Amino acid sequence: MMKHLAVLAALLAPLPALADPDPADWDAVTAEAEGQTVYWNAWGGSTTTNDFIAWVGDRVAEDYGVTLEHVKLTDTADAVTRVLSEKQAGENDDGAIDMIWINGANFAAMKEADLLFGPYAEQLPNWAVVDYEGKSVQTDFTVPVEGYESPWAMAQVVFVHDTADMPDSLGSMQALLEWTKANPGRFSYPQPPDFLGTTFLKQVLVDILPDPAVLAEPVSDETYDDVTAPLWAYLDELTPNLWREGKAYPATGTAMFPLIADGELDLSISFSPGAASTAIANSELPPTVRTFVLDKGTIGNASFVAIPYNSGSKAGAMIVANFLMSPEAQARAQDPDVLGYGTVLNMDALSDADRALFDALDLGVATLSPAELGTVQAEPHPSWMTRIGDDWMTRYGVAQ
Amino acid sequence: MDKGLSLRHVTISKGGAPLLSVHHDIGPGEVLTVMGPSGVGKSTLLAFITGTLAPDFQATGEVCLDGHDITHAPPHQRRVGILFQDDLLFPHLSVGANLAFGLQPGGTTTERKAKIAEALDEVGLSGFETRDPATLSGGQKARVALMRMLLSEPCGLLLDEPFSRLDAALRAQVRDMVFDRARARELPVLMVTHDAEDARAAGGVIVTLGD
Amino acid sequence: MLGPVVAGLWGTLLPAFGHLPAAGITGPSLDPFRDLFDWAGLPRAMVLSVSTGLIATAASLLIVMLITAGWSGTRPFRLLERLLSPLLSVPHAAAAFGLAFLIAPSGWLSRLVSPGLTGWDRPPDLLIVQDTWGLTMTAGLIVKEVPFLLLITLAALGQADARRSVAISQALGYGRLTGWLKTVFPRVYAQIRPPIYVVLAYSMSVVDVAVILGPNTPPPLSVQIVKWMSDPDLAMRLEGAAGALLQLLLVIGALVFWRLGEMAARVIGQRWIIAGRRGRFDAVTAQIALGFGTACALAVLLGVVVLTIWSFAGYWGFPDALPDQLTWRNWMRHGPGTMEALGETALIAGIVALAALILTIGCLEAEYRYGLHISQRGIWLLYLPLLIPQTAFLPGLQTLLLGIGADVGRGPVMAAHLVFVLPYVFLSLADPFRAWDARMGTIAAALRASPNGVLWRVRLPMLLRPILTALAVGLAVSVGQYLPTLLIGGGRVATLTTEAVALASGGDRRAIGVYGLMQTGAALVPFALALLVPALVWRNRRGLRHG
Repeated sequence: MMKHLAVLAALLAPLPALADPDPADWDAVTAEAEGQTVYWNAWGGSTTTNDFIAWVGDRVAEDYGVTLEHVKLTDTADAVTRVLSEKQAGENDDGAIDMIWINGANFAAMKEADLLFGPYAEQLPNWAVVDYEGKSVQTDFTVPVEGYESPWAMAQVVFVHDTADMPDSLGSMQALLEWTKANPGRFSYPQPPDFLGTTFLKQVLVDILPDPAVLAEPVSDETYDDVTAPLWAYLDELTPNLWREGKAYPATGTAMFPLIADGELDLSISFSPGAASTAIANSELPPTVRTFVLDKGTIGNASFVAIPYNSGSKAGAMIVANFLMSPEAQARAQDPDVLGYGTVLNMDALSDADRALFDALDLGVATLSPAELGTVQAEPHPSWMTRIGDDWMTRYGVAQ
Repeated sequence: MDKGLSLRHVTISKGGAPLLSVHHDIGPGEVLTVMGPSGVGKSTLLAFITGTLAPDFQATGEVCLDGHDITHAPPHQRRVGILFQDDLLFPHLSVGANLAFGLQPGGTTTERKAKIAEALDEVGLSGFETRDPATLSGGQKARVALMRMLLSEPCGLLLDEPFSRLDAALRAQVRDMVFDRARARELPVLMVTHDAEDARAAGGVIVTLGD
Repeated sequence: MLGPVVAGLWGTLLPAFGHLPAAGITGPSLDPFRDLFDWAGLPRAMVLSVSTGLIATAASLLIVMLITAGWSGTRPFRLLERLLSPLLSVPHAAAAFGLAFLIAPSGWLSRLVSPGLTGWDRPPDLLIVQDTWGLTMTAGLIVKEVPFLLLITLAALGQADARRSVAISQALGYGRLTGWLKTVFPRVYAQIRPPIYVVLAYSMSVVDVAVILGPNTPPPLSVQIVKWMSDPDLAMRLEGAAGALLQLLLVIGALVFWRLGEMAARVIGQRWIIAGRRGRFDAVTAQIALGFGTACALAVLLGVVVLTIWSFAGYWGFPDALPDQLTWRNWMRHGPGTMEALGETALIAGIVALAALILTIGCLEAEYRYGLHISQRGIWLLYLPLLIPQTAFLPGLQTLLLGIGADVGRGPVMAAHLVFVLPYVFLSLADPFRAWDARMGTIAAALRASPNGVLWRVRLPMLLRPILTALAVGLAVSVGQYLPTLLIGGGRVATLTTEAVALASGGDRRAIGVYGLMQTGAALVPFALALLVPALVWRNRRGLRHG
């Protein structure tokens, strides 16, 4: 009798929110994930990335019974907006988004607004092989990650040049400025607020400032004008010699490859050291293309995936996040014929068999070796990116 | 009277202005010819009888067919056949299918086919079943239209300037055929026309509107 | 159909005045407008929106009127007429991509004449696509609006008794073109006014064409609104709503301006008619107009050709006129993705177009049976969803749908599509449906066919071709919808159009070629079927061959 009453009471009680899966109990996660559909919102402008995500989908369906759907974004901010709107509308249990390819300002915004599930990243089984000491995967643009997103690729700024038209590499941003004066119309960067575009602005700042340490702190009104003055002076000098005199910009990094292939550009930048080799393999770039980094090194960061707090398939999303950090997926992502992304794994932590996967890779003609990539400059605090991006819009984004 | 078509105190007006008034009985096999210049509302009278009067007209009075008041009956239950100056054969149906459309339901396929063949035979168009109506001559079309209407076994017949598109030689021939068939079946006929010769040939009472 | 529009506008109005309780922001306040007016790009964005809209509309109207005036009934005109359906069915996005691939400095036209004529072995550094003044975007709009207006004009011509008017004015010594403009144009224009206003409102607020061909420093207002609406910072949403309201005001202002222009043209036109000039430059004007019309048709057709080439291209360096090798690789690579998107597109378009067709036939049949007449005001009501800029009410509608939890998936997307598809299907079918000889119905009823019998056994079969054409129009409109799919579908509904426009930012011309071609096919095949099926079904019925 008491038992019945208890059942009845349970039925009458207000329904508790669905319990979130516990990442530490991996067996339970695996069991719960089976049959779930994960909507991964990721930028869809690159066909190589799209193909890679499709492959990930095939693999997690095979091994775990998780269905992965790639929601192709033009801008990661769209996904952030979506989760925000859902929270306002009270959709707390089964939002449209289960996983987002994210980092930087978007991550900072979502983490601060409590829109993310976690911490989960450091409980994933494959975290054990991640190079969390050597690579900056525990801070994201100076914001502590604290397990609210898991890394899956390393990126570093490289300059892409067609040696047929521009044989020599450049050692500094100042050298780049001089080169554009001698070769007007042959360089451009994606239009901010595109991620790579703002990265270029930061790269300028990091390279021309005598001491970029100030960028690690959040931007402050007192110092902002002083710190950024050299950047605007630089851009004022650069812009007239840009492609189309800076009246139009490529939309994204990949949009610059066809421009190089056509001979419109001699020089562009990329955030993926292996992308040029991949593009050569896909006949999107001529075989004469090579990459270089600056003498002082270039900015680098990790790409992450995060799970919104209101995902209805958190277990499935964790399965995908964990798979992305597996040696199999990481080696494939680093293959220049596939993506050419840098790995987040610690080679010393891998088994011999797994390490062999990476050793077997031919990184491609245009890809620099880890040694050649040199020093990785830290990303400035995300508040710089936002503010510089806004100012860029006002100064250069609305035509002079 | 029981048989025939009766128009009782029929008045049609538009926007409050009266267009025409008719009060007349048409007996079986008789023809009433309504004449008048165009625009006087002759076709409107026919539309009232077929039940397809446009809503901007108002009508009072009654229409009785064979003793039934059909004033408010839906068009397809009135059993009033009509022929227009154009043959209006359904262009998407063959000649045979046009006739089958008119033929009342019932009977086996073989019987229906036989009836259609008979009807075509009657107007000298044997073997025309599979023809495309668009390939027929004007006279042939008129004959098919007539037989299609008769196969639906109407109790009254309306003619809306039915012969005005035909040339003179054909005209008399088709006209005779229509009136002969109507008389043979003892159908009351109401014809509107502005052609005096048609009116004479009909041989019945002539009412002239719009004077 | 007004429901969603009004609801969407309401959902835009509130945040525009600083009221978004869901985000903890309550109004009213004018801050969103203050932020909007603080944006340095606003003057240019507004000018772009107005100038592209007015120029595109005026230019397409001018071209269509002059071509019709100078050439209707002639052989070149009939050729253009025959090209109309394919030209119309190429979606805006695909046509825009095609144009970009043609006229960019590294485009096909430049490749064809380089280095031979130009001496270029590298593309010149010329700002053609995405030019600051939006001229290329305007051109992209014109090439798509010309066939649309031509179609509308042809429909209106039937009721204007054009041939005899022109014959009479020619007998009075007027040139063909001048005679047409003086006698037929006023009647035709009165009929095509609503669609012209639609073209104006559309051109001012278009997003997909603007993303592909329009400038970005700054973009036209509509593109910026969509950017604001998708910013993670919620305050931007308010600014976007304020921008949407401004966009609505701009469109209303432009419509009023156009109306004033009509009045001015009327006064000037009457003077011109009274002056009695017979038209000395008719021949030259007609030639120029035909040149422009041909250019529009070629831009779309060659655009599709160059999309096709890119979709099969291996390495294709500048200035080669053709790729080094043709390959199936791009198709193999994007095939599965496009098939998935095609399935989604076909499912949505099929259901929406069919629903629109059923509603339309229901409306028209009710109008016929119960003798109802749709007044001129009713026609405007039908056009209203097409006159309100999509950017003004779709974001608001999205917010509202989200509020009631009906935001995700195909259902709401279909409902949103229906708002835009229904008017086109209705407008496409209404004339032929009404032109059907009602005496056929009287005859059939006299042969004792019930009202439904008349509809199914006589009217619909006779109207097979216009019905299938209306269905194809509905499919094409649905296939081309970008913003409703993107915003209402929340990114989960991936059609060929959203996928293709998403690729625009990546600049992968091979992928764009594949998707653009698939998108074109999805719209084109139904038109081909709408011609082919009636021709097959009625191959032995001469009376229906031109029906």
